[in-house]
Amino acid sequence: MDLNYTPADNAFRAEIRAWLEANLPHALSDKVLRHKRLNRDDYASWHRIAGARGWSAPAWPVEFGGPGWNATQRHIWDEECARVGAPMVLPFGVSMVAPVLMKYGSDAQKQHYLPRILDGTDWWCQGYSEPGAGSDLASLRTRAERRGDHYLVNGQKTWTTLGQHADMMFCLVRTDGDAKKQEGISFLLIDMKSPGITVQPIITLDEEHEVNEVFFEDVEVPLENLVGEENRGWTYAKYLLGHERTGIARVANSKRELVFLKRLALAQKKNGKPLLYDPVFAAKVASLEVDLMALDVTVLRVVANETQGRGPGPEASLLKIKGTEIQQGLTELMFEAIGPLAAPFDVPFLEGERARSVTGDDDAAPLAAYYFNYRKTSIYGGSNEIQKNIIAQMMLGL
Amino acid sequence: MDFTFNDEQQQLANALRRYLDKEYGFDARRAIIESDAGVSSAHWAGFAELGLTALPVPEAQGGFSGNAVDMLVVMQALGRALSVEPYWATVVGVEALRLAGGGDEDDNTLLESVAQGELKLAVAFHEPDARYDLFAVNTKATLQGGQYKLDGTKSVVPHGAQADYWIVPALVNTGEIALFIVGRDAAGVDITDYRTIDGQRAATLQFTQTPARALKGAHAGAPTLERIADYATVLLCAEALGALDALNAATVEYTKTRQQFGVPIARFQALQHRMVDMMMHTEQARSLTYLAAVRYATSDGDDERRRAVSAAKARIGQAARFVGQQAIQLHGGMGMTNEVMAAHLFKRLSIIETTLGDVDHHLARFAALPGFAAVD
Repeated sequence: MDLNYTPADNAFRAEIRAWLEANLPHALSDKVLRHKRLNRDDYASWHRIAGARGWSAPAWPVEFGGPGWNATQRHIWDEECARVGAPMVLPFGVSMVAPVLMKYGSDAQKQHYLPRILDGTDWWCQGYSEPGAGSDLASLRTRAERRGDHYLVNGQKTWTTLGQHADMMFCLVRTDGDAKKQEGISFLLIDMKSPGITVQPIITLDEEHEVNEVFFEDVEVPLENLVGEENRGWTYAKYLLGHERTGIARVANSKRELVFLKRLALAQKKNGKPLLYDPVFAAKVASLEVDLMALDVTVLRVVANETQGRGPGPEASLLKIKGTEIQQGLTELMFEAIGPLAAPFDVPFLEGERARSVTGDDDAAPLAAYYFNYRKTSIYGGSNEIQKNIIAQMMLGL
Repeated sequence: MDFTFNDEQQQLANALRRYLDKEYGFDARRAIIESDAGVSSAHWAGFAELGLTALPVPEAQGGFSGNAVDMLVVMQALGRALSVEPYWATVVGVEALRLAGGGDEDDNTLLESVAQGELKLAVAFHEPDARYDLFAVNTKATLQGGQYKLDGTKSVVPHGAQADYWIVPALVNTGEIALFIVGRDAAGVDITDYRTIDGQRAATLQFTQTPARALKGAHAGAPTLERIADYATVLLCAEALGALDALNAATVEYTKTRQQFGVPIARFQALQHRMVDMMMHTEQARSLTYLAAVRYATSDGDDERRRAVSAAKARIGQAARFVGQQAIQLHGGMGMTNEVMAAHLFKRLSIIETTLGDVDHHLARFAALPGFAAVD
């Protein structure tokens, strides 16, 4: 047993750290560190900056233009980015559709789409969930019917994250209504500018426009935009979901937020003393920190396995559940820490339209919305209950 | 980075596991607990033959110089089988002699005897009313004509009556804590030996003008006492981990065989999710137990060691309570009987929870470390 990184790993970390120091714009990291809202340009510019260095797609193999990093190196990259508040490179193109294209796409699809994903030319969104198909994703009803050289798509997708900015959607559609529900699904690539597509915002409980409904009315999608074989989409979708979950523990992000929480609790006073020194509150923070320390090691156990060529298997579900529980725990304690300052709601400040918040406590201002927003984490990416079903089946043999 | 155990560690674990599976089953264990001695000299000889008694002893004294990670492997296997032998107490005593002993002939002779399986030790950490405060020591050591004599009481000393020698913290005339070694046969010792609810033995030790030898190591005081307790805690965490694994396995197995409403109850989602929660608690506890063992074995900084050990014990305590309670719940009425392993695993885990600091104690210790409020 050896819990140390190799000298090569440490040198790699130093290289990443130096590069981030030189290249991460302060305006971007400031927004991330202070829980302000990011806009389209924020995400796009970070994608361009990382892409220019060849690091926008850390998990891609060299043959497709990725850096060819192993699991440990990817983990270090994630850690260093999170530590300094780099925005995340959105996963929809780089981490979700790209691995599917690499494995199941045609040569033409690979040649056309992968470079555009890598450099951020196309903004991708995910067309999975429907009003009647959430955890039970396979019951989706959006139809695609063959009409000569194209499919005709009709139906509705929902919870489409940042779909308002998207150029392309990867979309699960029903191509055989008579087959068993998992067997009649296909995986289509849809141009969001196609006639017949309407994107409508869904305003979440924190009054943010992050997700959308997308309606399809007789949308024509060329046949060559089918990925792999018709009616095999469920296989590709499951493959994709496996990719979505591996980085989802977000331990480094949580470590940074833990420091933020402590800073907050040192600034907030209870009975004239810093809240962090209140034994009841300190015990809650300590308990969460202990769980985060444990998850940090749990992730490293999975990473070490993966670096040695094993996994990630169903442990990814465990990381998703624990990771999101801890993320939510941190936002809960931030919400608690600011006490009465949870109430004021200052959208112009959150949008960056005004420099100072209405109460003058700029750290506190975003935190209630952040707490509400983060309830999503145990729902998205396969709800935590679905993850438990997976673990029960795959790891416990139940 | 590598989280696997090396070949020697795996071989030892496998050998010990085979031995325990064969020789230390439910009924054999029960017979030992119900015997007058409460421990088994035959199994102690078996442990010695496997090399367990020599493992923690320095090579110079005929041992293998096993570190905390080596001991982790052994303690996990013993935890899984719920061994009631005085092994943990003895190994912790070895670490006390190693850290606090002056390396003189008397200490070396004791260590050699432990390695050969001929001697058992125990550290008397606890005094009445001290709760989990290691430094709340009232036992006095007074120097009388060149001989230290002890007066005071130590309570709930694990395997106190089965040990041949005790390592005893006591206050010297400066008010500082020093560590002493006392033989069981010394004058003025009153031993009250009793069962514990988890099938082990413990004792109250009362000292009245009891002759004792001061450990002469340069650091045989409070910081070393704390370090010994941290070592003991890491080993307890490892034992608990073995018990948690056994309890999870027993619960999964039971729910697959128990039929209700015409199906195995393992089919019910409410129960499946509970077992997933139990497994996640265990994996989190495992991660910190590994971390604590490695930090104990390799860390130079006291605070880094304290942080890892308290984190591990707190997380083990949380896991012990959750997994223990839920395992009984999922075993239903059977879990309430003394006839299933699950009940015994639950009892042992619960007592580990209250040994050398519970969850609240270790969270408070964790939060009191200088690093906790450091935000730069």
